[in-house]
Amino acid sequence: MEVIIEVRNLVKRFGHKQVLRKLDFTVQKGEFVALLGSNGAGKTTLLRILSSLSKPNYGEVQIGGYYLPGQAAQVRRKLGVVSHLPLLYGDLSAEENLKFYSALYGLVDIQKNMAEILNLVGLYKRRKDLVRTFSRGMQQRLAIGRAILHDPEVLLLDEPHTGLDQDAANMLDSLLQQIATRGRTIVMTSHDFPRVANLATRFDVLYKGKIHSSKLAKDLPQHGLLEYYQSIVEEIDGGGGKHNGE
Amino acid sequence: MEEGENIMENKTSFRKAMFAIIWKDLISELRGKELISAMLVFALLVIFIFNFALELDPKTRSSLTAGILWVTIVFAGNLGLNRSMAVEKDRGCLDGLLLAPVDRTAVYFGKSIANWIFMLIVALIVLPVYSILYNTNIISPALLLIIFLGSEGYIAIGTLLATMSIQARTRDILLPILLFPVILPVLIASVKASAGILNGFPFADIQTWINLLIVYDIVFTSVAFMVFDAVVEE
Amino acid sequence: MNKPKALKILDIVTVVLVLGATAMVFFYAPLERVMGAVQKVFYFHVAVAWVGMVSFFVAAVAGILFLIKKNKKWDLVEVAAVEVGIVFIFITIVTGSIWARPIWNTWWTWDPRLTTVTIMELVYIAYVMLRQGIDDPDRQARFGAVYAIVGFLSVPLTFFSIRIFRTIHPVVIAGSDPSAVGTFDMTPAMLQTLLVSIFVFSILFVDLVWHRIRLGNLANKVDELKYKLQD
Repeated sequence: MEVIIEVRNLVKRFGHKQVLRKLDFTVQKGEFVALLGSNGAGKTTLLRILSSLSKPNYGEVQIGGYYLPGQAAQVRRKLGVVSHLPLLYGDLSAEENLKFYSALYGLVDIQKNMAEILNLVGLYKRRKDLVRTFSRGMQQRLAIGRAILHDPEVLLLDEPHTGLDQDAANMLDSLLQQIATRGRTIVMTSHDFPRVANLATRFDVLYKGKIHSSKLAKDLPQHGLLEYYQSIVEEIDGGGGKHNGE
Repeated sequence: MEEGENIMENKTSFRKAMFAIIWKDLISELRGKELISAMLVFALLVIFIFNFALELDPKTRSSLTAGILWVTIVFAGNLGLNRSMAVEKDRGCLDGLLLAPVDRTAVYFGKSIANWIFMLIVALIVLPVYSILYNTNIISPALLLIIFLGSEGYIAIGTLLATMSIQARTRDILLPILLFPVILPVLIASVKASAGILNGFPFADIQTWINLLIVYDIVFTSVAFMVFDAVVEE
Repeated sequence: MNKPKALKILDIVTVVLVLGATAMVFFYAPLERVMGAVQKVFYFHVAVAWVGMVSFFVAAVAGILFLIKKNKKWDLVEVAAVEVGIVFIFITIVTGSIWARPIWNTWWTWDPRLTTVTIMELVYIAYVMLRQGIDDPDRQARFGAVYAIVGFLSVPLTFFSIRIFRTIHPVVIAGSDPSAVGTFDMTPAMLQTLLVSIFVFSILFVDLVWHRIRLGNLANKVDELKYKLQD
């Protein structure tokens, strides 16, 4: 299997605060990796570096054969990013938002592509409505649509279920499952264990700036995700240490 | 969709990206009309405040018109800049722009040209309104030229500084503090040139100010787009 | 963490030089015929103004170097230069006022030099406020560098704009504008005193900036240790 994301010795500091400490991370094409960690563990920082929005202090990042930050433009082409902020313009319609991002990505066959995406995320009927009239769930679905407009090889999601009710979250999940089956690589951060347990093919624990463990879904018992996470954290804290996550 | 079906250039063309951003800003504004209406109302209020603060009788008024106009433009412009960049920051849209394979400079020019257009629209409405309020026609091609040049310098550096200020905690009050001391040359030249035009001075006198405006516009636009990267890249 | 020997020596040299320059101003330079004792403010006023402006130039250059090389030490030089510059220019404005009052009978004039210098001061105060409003240290450094550059570039433009108005600021060295009140011709002794003053304030500048950089480095070390402890 081909390696599509390769991170080595990644260090990121904010002033003197070390957030990522010589982090290593590898993802193979087609995997759906869930990055687990409590708040402040560095999940968002790692994702920002992978999405080229932030530069590491040290270390190597390679995505789809291109290096960050030197070959950022090529990497950006291969990435789709969904964060917990919508990245959508409220005063534009769903269609116009997609049209804008299509232009930004230099896409040529815009109309047909847009229609397909709108259908996929179930928003075709509301395509002419302004995004500020959309519920949060609808905005997230449109955000995913925006992220895959240019058919990226890699999709990065930073806690996409934030602020969604059960129904909206379920719709999001089925959408993610559809996208995943098209051979895309997905990396998602989350601290919603039950939800993520059904989606991902692999679970990595990010704790104190490093990835400490990686487990394939098939090697994990049913409903065993939380236990797995807690056991890793306890191990690192040296038995008897406090876990400060969910 | 199969690979290669949707053709993409390696890096989205500068022009394409820039125009997309301008188009996006114009359409957004057309819909919401928040920005221009706020700037307009504010500008009119400023003119009214001046009316009462300065006791403008017809004689003194002509020497003050240029100053009043430009103070109005500067303050309304500040409002617009703040808002325009804040929108990008709040919904994370600035990230959205940076995630795309576009030159950061294209983002700078897209935003600043859009901001410039908004400022010009406001100025173009303020001029006739002022003329009506004071029963004196101040509109002329020469004055329009000064407004065109002066607002360009203002916006060129204003867009850069606004991009910084919206990322700070002290967001709203920071922009005028950063911007005003630095655009004084533009303000001075614009006011002097405008006053010259409104009072019918010979063009040769006004020429110096126009030259200074052009120099300022070139210097600051160049510096702004060269350092813009440092302001958006982490 | 002890003060390096060179800095210790520089401190002593600076103190001696400042005392020496003061003595020169009061005892060596002759009393000016028209303005009298208050003219003696001139030597330090010009010296501190000149070095203050150089300070901001240094800050702008440090800013450019930081943006290119991304080395934090340039950021520290920039901050130090701005802070010292703010103090020096403040002294310029105050001494200028002291001089102006008996000569022009006013505490303030809107002439080009004084106005530009005050605007420059406002720019660098804005610089400090910008940095204070940002929490992320890397961002603080980048934004500071950008504004130091932009600010410095705007100053000559501001000066030229205002200059095209009339001036009443004494044009001491370059020719003479007969309408400029308060102009005087310098005797050789005066010129020497002026040059010495400029030299002394340059040394003072280096001394202060060095101290400020040391302070910054120490603060950085403390932060580093703090975070190491937290882990």
